[in-house]
Amino acid sequence: MSKGFGAAEFLFLLEGLKWTLLLSAVAFAGGGVFGLLVALGRTAPYAAVRRAMAGYIAVFQGTPLLMQLFVAYYGLALLGLKLPAWVAVAIGFTLNASAFLGDIWRGAIEAVPRGQDEAASALGLHYGQRMRDIVLPQAFRIAQPATVGYLVQLIKGTSLAAIVGFIELARAGQIVSNQIFEPILVFGVVGAIYFCLCWPLSLLSARLEAKFAAATR
Amino acid sequence: MSHAQGEAPLIHMEGVEKWYGAFQALTNINLSVRRGEKIVLCGPSGSGKSTLIRCINHLEGYQKGRIVVDGTVLSNSMKAIDAVRSEVGMVFQSFNLFPHLTILQNCTLAPMRVRKADRATAEATARRYLDRVRILDQADKYPAQLSGGQQQRVAIARALCMEPKVMLFDEPTSALDPEMVKEVLDTMVGLAADGMTMICVTHEMGFARQVADRVIFMAKGEIIEEAAPETFFSAPQHQRTREFLGQILQGH
Ligand SMILES: Nc1ncnc2c1ncn2[C@@H]1O[C@H](COP(=O)(O)OP(=O)(O)OP(=O)(O)O)[C@@H](O)[C@H]1O
Ligand SMILES: [Mg+2]
Repeated sequence: MSKGFGAAEFLFLLEGLKWTLLLSAVAFAGGGVFGLLVALGRTAPYAAVRRAMAGYIAVFQGTPLLMQLFVAYYGLALLGLKLPAWVAVAIGFTLNASAFLGDIWRGAIEAVPRGQDEAASALGLHYGQRMRDIVLPQAFRIAQPATVGYLVQLIKGTSLAAIVGFIELARAGQIVSNQIFEPILVFGVVGAIYFCLCWPLSLLSARLEAKFAAATR
Repeated sequence: MSHAQGEAPLIHMEGVEKWYGAFQALTNINLSVRRGEKIVLCGPSGSGKSTLIRCINHLEGYQKGRIVVDGTVLSNSMKAIDAVRSEVGMVFQSFNLFPHLTILQNCTLAPMRVRKADRATAEATARRYLDRVRILDQADKYPAQLSGGQQQRVAIARALCMEPKVMLFDEPTSALDPEMVKEVLDTMVGLAADGMTMICVTHEMGFARQVADRVIFMAKGEIIEEAAPETFFSAPQHQRTREFLGQILQGH
């Protein structure tokens, strides 16, 4: 039933792209929120909290994402949590992204000079205010290139969701390719779609970097 | 020098001791500062000058003794620390302006967050103090666009925007190119003339002579000597003070 690469095949790829985008967005949003908590915990004034967060980061950075997705997908089901597949996978990606973003932002928070926090303390600002108004805005600027770099990795990494049966962009490409026997063409298109997603992000990041640099120089 | 007789001191330190781990940074510090008084604190590097003034607004905790600021006993409680910090302004050697905020925003942030001032009021106050340190025309720039001397004057204005009762200066001119030292010192002299209570860690002995009511000399975490500037410079009592003055005056 080989019929070449037509509109139907392209739509099938776009259907896969939808999942890639959705998983990336959920993982980045979830990873953003929980990663921030991880970063704050990792730099908290309490040793126990710091150690717990260091352990979390070590586990999720030190094991394959693939394995984490398996655990999220099958493990949660074994625990009796009946979740839709995409929710389970999104949880897996979120946990992983939290560890990586948390570690990136931890480093950035620590890179903000101590004097900034001290000056804010001397002015009477509390921890939350110091973080929100002084430390985090500077930390995010420092972390911005690494954060976008991670986001790009994440978008490409969602292809691992195929392992638990997800038909995201890469898997959709594989299916189409198997149908029409034109792997070079199909994966060329798939690659181009990934590129169109990731390249603008890198460009935007470079633009922002230049803008921040200009504003503070 | 004007102060009501018998009035409680604005800052009172009594038997204050501070350790960093096993290292004792402050030993038996006793110091009272009256309202409107100007103190210059000097001493060799590592003698504990920064540590002493940083204890006053609890940037550093202390382990023994008592610190009372404007009637508030400085403990580890948030409430006491807040009360003290809202009366005490601080200026750092490295300015520590917030680089991502404009000069005006640097000055309005704390009044809005801590004093809950509305933006218009905070900006009016900020403009008044920026004008006073002669830097109002730079209000919309970012710190990195200003010279060191200008940045330090902004830092002074930022602290003044909280309308503190006392100002702490930790070597405010040490990081400045020589030609910018004067503009900052002039600002401080003006502040002193307006009656601000000040504790200044500085090795600017000209400033000490001109402004200080008392010069305090520290070494190895202790207050070794204190005297009015005339006496301090012309007839230092202790050998260590003489050695220190010898070095300082040689360097200038
Ligand atoms: N966070 C810290 N941990 C350990 N030791 C410290 C810390 N801060 C300061 N010290 C030590 O305490 C002593 C006093 O330091 P402090 O900064 O108060 O000296 P200083 O008189 O201000 O010196 P300088 O003129 O160099 O600024 C020094 O021996 C210093 O090494
Ligand atoms: Mg010092």
